Amino acid sequence: MARMKFICDAERCIECNGCVTACKNEHEVPWGVNRRRVVTLNDGVPGEKSISVACMHCSDAPCMAVCPVNCFYKTAEGVVLHDKDVCIGCGYCSYACPFGAPQFPSQGTFGVRGKMDKCTFCAGGPEEHGSQAEFDKYGRNRLAEGKLPACAEMCSTKALLAGDGDVVSEIFRSRVVQRGKGAEVWGWGTAYGTAAKQGA
Amino acid sequence: MQRTLISVSLVTAALALSACSEKPQDKTGIRSDQPAQAGTGVAAFTAPGWTAGDQASWSNHLKARANYGMNDHQRAPK
Repeated sequence: MARMKFICDAERCIECNGCVTACKNEHEVPWGVNRRRVVTLNDGVPGEKSISVACMHCSDAPCMAVCPVNCFYKTAEGVVLHDKDVCIGCGYCSYACPFGAPQFPSQGTFGVRGKMDKCTFCAGGPEEHGSQAEFDKYGRNRLAEGKLPACAEMCSTKALLAGDGDVVSEIFRSRVVQRGKGAEVWGWGTAYGTAAKQGA
Repeated sequence: MQRTLISVSLVTAALALSACSEKPQDKTGIRSDQPAQAGTGVAAFTAPGWTAGDQASWSNHLKARANYGMNDHQRAPK
């Protein structure tokens, strides 16, 4: 069984924001909501690094743990999704998320938070696959179309890797071996945990 | 007569008190989602090379797609 994961190779990311644009375009994400964004570490300092950040679909997702209405669920491939018909827009998930993934569109006269919106790993949501209702609420379901997330497939430098954890980690490992540096995977340990150390 | 009166009053009381009972608050929760390998049924947008409904076929197709699309070291001439 595949376990879907994201890896962003900071050695390759050139901060072009192509992933952000691909996501916005693919899912017609509303104004003010960014399911994915590029963060630059040590901006302006020589050796700065950029990484593309979105929902990492954590193994032990904190958003799922804190949701008071239990609107989250995890697919067999490990993709964390939510039901917008159940979400009450309380915002607890955004406080719990270490990646700042949950987004809230401004809806209503007094700026009341709307239903939470986040990266779906291009896996849609709990509506009929490929339906207009699914597209309107969650965006396109590329996984059900046999495709990988648009952000990763559109990445010009292939810095952003998305897919089965075994495959993407092997691609990243082979890169690190070839270039001999840049083994740091930002957010990997936070999202997917670290392997237990022997004797610990 | 008295027995009838008692039965009627009991039924009336039961009906009246039923309004005081708690409404069910069971959360509906999320609706079940179809597995991704079920496909969308829209051939125009579906990538060729896998069989909808076959988990292994779908999984292998995505692995191959990831390797082809993202593993440039594998594709670059040696």
